[in-house]
Amino acid sequence: MTDDIKAGSPLLSIRNLTIEGRSSEGWIKLVDGVDLDLARGEILGLIGESGAGKSTLGLAAMGFTRDGCRIAGGSIDFDGIDLVGSGETVRRDLRGKRIAYVAQSAAASFNPAHKLIVQHCEAPVVKKVMPREKAMKDAVDLYRRMRLPQPEEIGFRYPHQVSGGQLQRAMTAMAMACRPDLIIFDEPTTALDVTTQIEVLATIRDIVRQFGTAAIYISHDLAVVAQMADRITVLKSGRAVETAPTRTMLRDPKEDYTKSLWSVRSLDHARAPERPTVGPVLSVRNIDAAYGALKVLEGVSFDVHAGRTVAVVGESGSGKSTAARVISGVVRPSLGEVLFEGRRLAADYRTRSREDLRHIQMVYQMPDTALNPKQRIRDIVGRPMEFYLGLRGRERDRRIAGLLEQIELDPAKYMNRLPSELSGGQKQRIGIARALAAEPKLIICDEVTSALDQIVAAGILKLLADIQKERNLALLFITHDLSTVKAVADEVIVMQHGRIAEAGNVGDVFARPASGYTTRLLQSVPEMDPDWLTRTLTSRNAEPFS
Amino acid sequence: MANLFRLFAAAPFTARFGMIVILIVAVIGLFAPLIAPYGETAVVGAQYEPWSRQYLLGTDNLGRDMFTRLVYGTRNTVGLALLTTVIAFTIGSILGILAALLGRMTDRILSRIIDVIMAIPSLILALMLLTIVGTSIASMVFVIALIYVAPVFRLARASAQTVVVMDYVQAARLRGERLPWLILREVLPNIASTLVAEFGLRFCFVFLFIAALSFLGLGIQPPTADWGSMLRENATLISFGDVTPLLPAAAIALLTVSINFVIDWMLHRASGLKD
Repeated sequence: MTDDIKAGSPLLSIRNLTIEGRSSEGWIKLVDGVDLDLARGEILGLIGESGAGKSTLGLAAMGFTRDGCRIAGGSIDFDGIDLVGSGETVRRDLRGKRIAYVAQSAAASFNPAHKLIVQHCEAPVVKKVMPREKAMKDAVDLYRRMRLPQPEEIGFRYPHQVSGGQLQRAMTAMAMACRPDLIIFDEPTTALDVTTQIEVLATIRDIVRQFGTAAIYISHDLAVVAQMADRITVLKSGRAVETAPTRTMLRDPKEDYTKSLWSVRSLDHARAPERPTVGPVLSVRNIDAAYGALKVLEGVSFDVHAGRTVAVVGESGSGKSTAARVISGVVRPSLGEVLFEGRRLAADYRTRSREDLRHIQMVYQMPDTALNPKQRIRDIVGRPMEFYLGLRGRERDRRIAGLLEQIELDPAKYMNRLPSELSGGQKQRIGIARALAAEPKLIICDEVTSALDQIVAAGILKLLADIQKERNLALLFITHDLSTVKAVADEVIVMQHGRIAEAGNVGDVFARPASGYTTRLLQSVPEMDPDWLTRTLTSRNAEPFS
Repeated sequence: MANLFRLFAAAPFTARFGMIVILIVAVIGLFAPLIAPYGETAVVGAQYEPWSRQYLLGTDNLGRDMFTRLVYGTRNTVGLALLTTVIAFTIGSILGILAALLGRMTDRILSRIIDVIMAIPSLILALMLLTIVGTSIASMVFVIALIYVAPVFRLARASAQTVVVMDYVQAARLRGERLPWLILREVLPNIASTLVAEFGLRFCFVFLFIAALSFLGLGIQPPTADWGSMLRENATLISFGDVTPLLPAAAIALLTVSINFVIDWMLHRASGLKD
């Protein structure tokens, strides 16, 4: 669809919308005076950091606000119907029938107790759009259009019996069940691997265009939005910063904030000097590991040197996290050994010495579960100092304050807070501080940025790079995000099915990938070019979807 | 002190009611000798005297003052129930968390032992054990605590299992922390609200259990006053339409309800739900 499809009256028209949420300090504005128009069949991209009000605005387009939120002013007009003033009955009738919603986590949005097709047919039957028989047939047709395997049978499976990418496509099919005029996609591919994401994006784009459905596509990933949207609106702190057609926006962003979003993606760092002559800090030799009968690692070997960053990439299930768990001693390898500064480490962390434990620290993926919610920041960061270094009292407090300053959090303000009083990015910084408090030689970062949005993630990566330089740390970076690898790593190890598919310097591997799998992975990373998806799909030459 | 008062003022009506009742019961229990007009076991008049100025709530089947017995009963019944519940919770939750943390054989052995205790109806098990070890206050506390370790263990184990898989517990394990730290600092604070709620409920059960055992004659032994045995001793009076024997039962009901009001409110606060 082209940029000039704005003939006739808009389908959705939001004027000066203000939504407030209740907090301990009274009502605060989540969406602050936003205007928005959406023509029939148009796809609008909404981007911004977390907390910018994207989801709140998306839900408001259905006339819905979350618990504890209220529409404080403005109007929402959907095809001549006033969604703010009209009663709940009118709004409820529209939802599912004329406006549909696709949530971020399809796994959490499907009811695990019912088959997919039963859930699919619920809306059309309840809303009396079509009888059950017809809805079932239609579902199969939609499954086929969404390129799901075995469209005849897949509907009779339960949600846990299909993969994440398939579930997200089934969710989109379900949203299509009543042929709505508008679908709201709330980060539908954020939880998926890059290679899965590309399939889901392609099918979503196709089906929306086939039926001429208008859509609001919410994402924090610019490159993804660029593939999907005709027009993009950038949100910041509840305000619309800038709105422009996709191509114009990408070529020539007007506002400083938009430019800063753009520049995050081109984060780069000075590569560490070539392999130092001293031996590696960590050396993994021919590791095999299995969960029961399932082999997850086979013959994995690599080295990590002081002051260098090694990234391990691969899709979920490639064994990259298991490799980290073998190194930390949580999973016992069935074969092979882990050497730390040339010494063999005990396979089980329980039999390792305190010094060995101290030198290898972890930073976890989910900042919410990595910090004990009942301990204050002082205790979380202070405990390793007390435990390993025997620091107490004032000396300990001084060191904690120093660390907090290093991770750019004001000690006076944050020392006595609980993790729940911190944002996601701040929690992740505390996770890093806890690892640093032990004064380790190696830090294993397990998907540390995947739960954070781009700007916050960029801050964390920059912090890690600075700290690494200062302390000559060895970093092992586990991630599925190739742009992160580009931004931080010196060496990269590509894993697939528990084996190393390719390894080498980042520059070499990215420029001249030797294995087909690496090429595929690299191609799947969305680029800031609206034609990227189309181009990639053509170049793959209609490869069959799995 | 000012803080406590503000907290009290902010609490809903039911919680305030509960707190007041608990406070009164605590005061009565602590200062029983000062409040009661007669001695705990003193025979002061004829049998079944009616309510009068001299005998506030009349006298019982042996001519002892009902009001005095009720006051001393508070001390015995509530005090013992509290002691028993505390013992059951300390043992039950530590073993439960331990089973969740260590898993494998420790978990299996502990869980099977608990299953055996739970397989036998608790009243029958209590009667049997009490017949074996003899009816003294110490053995009663021990037997009831043992029986109530089982449900506490199961609850603590189940809630701890969701906590021990968290990254922060793994981080503490990888740090090399010892078991006491893991149990007391990493896991316990995170399941405390569940345990507190259960404590209120179990306290009531234990309390009723002691009353039931006393009613059956195997609990607190005469002439010691307690609410359960008072009910049994004076049960004949009920058939004459007198409410006096039901007063201990009313006291049991009132305290049970009050505790649950307070626990509900505490849970509500702990879960961060604000109305």
